[in-house]
Amino acid sequence: MSMFSIFNVSGSAISAQSQRLNVVASNLANADAVAGPDGQGYKGRQVVFETVPMGSDASAGVKVSSVRESSEPLRKVHNPSHPSADAEGYVTQSNVNPVEEMVNMISASRSYQNNVEVMNTAKTLLLKTLQMGQ
Amino acid sequence: MFASLTSGLDFQSKALVLRAERQRTIASNIANADTPGYVARDIDFKAAMASATSGSSIAASKSTSTTSGVTHPGHIPLAENGVGSLGNGSKLGYAAQSQPSMDGNSVDLDRERANFVDNSVRYEATLRFINGQSKTILSAIQGQ
Repeated sequence: MSMFSIFNVSGSAISAQSQRLNVVASNLANADAVAGPDGQGYKGRQVVFETVPMGSDASAGVKVSSVRESSEPLRKVHNPSHPSADAEGYVTQSNVNPVEEMVNMISASRSYQNNVEVMNTAKTLLLKTLQMGQ
Repeated sequence: MFASLTSGLDFQSKALVLRAERQRTIASNIANADTPGYVARDIDFKAAMASATSGSSIAASKSTSTTSGVTHPGHIPLAENGVGSLGNGSKLGYAAQSQPSMDGNSVDLDRERANFVDNSVRYEATLRFINGQSKTILSAIQGQ
């Protein structure tokens, strides 16, 4: 196998990282969401990465094997004037920690950039290989 | 005579294949920088190159005895360790872990990035050697 499989490997990583970014966006968007009438608030989600062998020993891609919901307890805020407050005046909110999500977002975007750079370098090298002997 | 003319090219083409292989391995490491439990791999270029070139000398010595499936003494024997394959010598090693992490991932992203750039520069250098040598051979053939 030639260097072309770099595009498959880095492409799988880019798609996995963008899925991670998607989940982070969804978590951040719902960070302040309050629970509905059923009392079930939004639970933060995390992607789980897994290595995918691609053809040979040397190339290994990534995929998102599952998206898991956080098991942390939902946040309860005392706000008796809120329309969704319960009998004791508590409002149930999501269990998302915005700081953790921001860190996750930066990490995902850096990894994405890394893989784009890898693809660009591989493309340059392959184009130069095409010009061999000219 | 022609073999001695292109033996340098043969060497460089093996180096090029190994460089491409290493580039692929490093790309996999960078792709899996966030995967829990992934173990970084790398190619020992020196050892792989030594085994690739020794393979070709074995094939050349075999060609003198004309045993490896050649039906006519004038035929060029198929190299067992051809350019496309790397033989058994290119076994992947495991990169040493510099900063152990909780999730068992041993990719050091800084090192991988440095290796990637280093390897791509060397790949380009090998390409230039090949281009230069083929230009030399061409000008020798054309005699201009």
